[in-house]
Amino acid sequence: MYVATKGGERAIDAAHGWLAAERRGDPGVAELSIAQIREQMALAVNRVMAEGSLYDRDLAALAIKQARGDLIEAVFLIRAYRTTLPRFGASMPMETGAMQITRRISATFKDVPGGQVLGPTFDYTHRLLDFALMAEGEAPLAPRAPAEEVPAPHVLGLLDRDGLMEPVPEGAAVPPDLTRAPLELPASRALRLQALARGDEGFVLGLAYSTQRGYGRTHAFVGELRIGMVAVEMEIPELGFAVEIGDVELTECETVNQFIGSKTEPAQFTRGYGLVLGQSERKAISMSLVDRALRWEELGEENTGAPAQDEEFVLAHCDNIQATGFLEHIKLPHYVDFQSELELIRKLRRGATAMNEAEE
Amino acid sequence: MSNLSPEPAVRAARMGLLARAPAARLAQLFPDLPAHDWLRAPEIGAVMLRGRMGAVGAPFNLGEMSVTRCVLRLSDGRVGHAHVQGRDKDHATRAAALDALMQGPEAGRIEAEVLAPLRAEEAARRRQRAERAAATRVEFFTLVRGED
Repeated sequence: MYVATKGGERAIDAAHGWLAAERRGDPGVAELSIAQIREQMALAVNRVMAEGSLYDRDLAALAIKQARGDLIEAVFLIRAYRTTLPRFGASMPMETGAMQITRRISATFKDVPGGQVLGPTFDYTHRLLDFALMAEGEAPLAPRAPAEEVPAPHVLGLLDRDGLMEPVPEGAAVPPDLTRAPLELPASRALRLQALARGDEGFVLGLAYSTQRGYGRTHAFVGELRIGMVAVEMEIPELGFAVEIGDVELTECETVNQFIGSKTEPAQFTRGYGLVLGQSERKAISMSLVDRALRWEELGEENTGAPAQDEEFVLAHCDNIQATGFLEHIKLPHYVDFQSELELIRKLRRGATAMNEAEE
Repeated sequence: MSNLSPEPAVRAARMGLLARAPAARLAQLFPDLPAHDWLRAPEIGAVMLRGRMGAVGAPFNLGEMSVTRCVLRLSDGRVGHAHVQGRDKDHATRAAALDALMQGPEAGRIEAEVLAPLRAEEAARRRQRAERAAATRVEFFTLVRGED
């Protein structure tokens, strides 16, 4: 039961005033600009865009500043803003095969057309704190090398050509949209991918890790991981043709998974898929593992009762805004609820005491 | 009113170039807007971005992107459209004005003064990314062991 309570306004105003001062921190230290956050905290910005489910670097940077670096709070701000925007329509499906590659690696084939491109990766760094970053220095320059125009086709397409890969699953031409209709189970794969793409990175990572440790194992290899810029094209009804309206950075992961075959299918490789707004390969790999684990029924695999195989468990808990909203609401006034609990406990204790006395 | 609508592919390519251009650079190259009326005043909204399951399969909804759109009409009746990533109304307005102007006698001048520089700068940005990527391409070499 909820009852309106009054009397906190002055305290709330003062709390918000203090929050603003704490956000600013020591006034003797220069204030962060949105551009600085956008450029130098780029991966935090990417995470807020992915989980906020809105590609807008400046807004994500603003949200991070406003949230004092609390990324889930920042995601919350973006989600709230998102709901105020009119929907102009949907893009045409983005063609990641035509991506301008920043990074592209395959763990399954050494020699792939287009090559293995490491890009700006943390891999192979020694994970030692770099104290040089504490001092101001010259802006580093990225090395360059002559670039040839070589196509980088999807690695899994090469396996597909040999018939060793499961066919690409079909689906509706107009996919269902989580933001427009409440989630119904069983969900289609399209809906699951949407939920995972905006799901909490930590939660999806934990689930993916659980499949590697044996809770719904899928024997995944990273067939291909690619990061880069992809054009966004949209059909403009007034014009009657499609126009590029911008470009976005995406991270895509395709896993190759062992599949021993079934009564109807020969032994072949199957696919897990991850696609994330911005640069976030941890999230993309995690997403592809969980996507593959959730496909157990479609592929006729055993349900081992693993959390990552449980669609309802995964989809109902992967959204950090839903989770934090419900979790944090218990700190808000529940005076009347609690009053009734108190009454109940007292009554039970009175009853027990009376019974004890009667027995004595 | 001129109905000389250009080939859709040519117009679409131009509109894409204008949408992808950095707003500040566009304002520098094309500072003075022609007189115009709004058919649809600049409006900020969202477009749902779609991916494909397994990179090449059926579509799914990935997440949204902020977009600004507008439609304007020049005093001679030419109509210009813009759908531009982001929330910059000024960017969308300039893109729509250029779309309209490109349908008339100013086309040659705008191509030379605005579109050609934008195209060259975009190509340079792409080349820079490609060259940085190329520098991180792994060149494997194999060590042969034992006797042949």
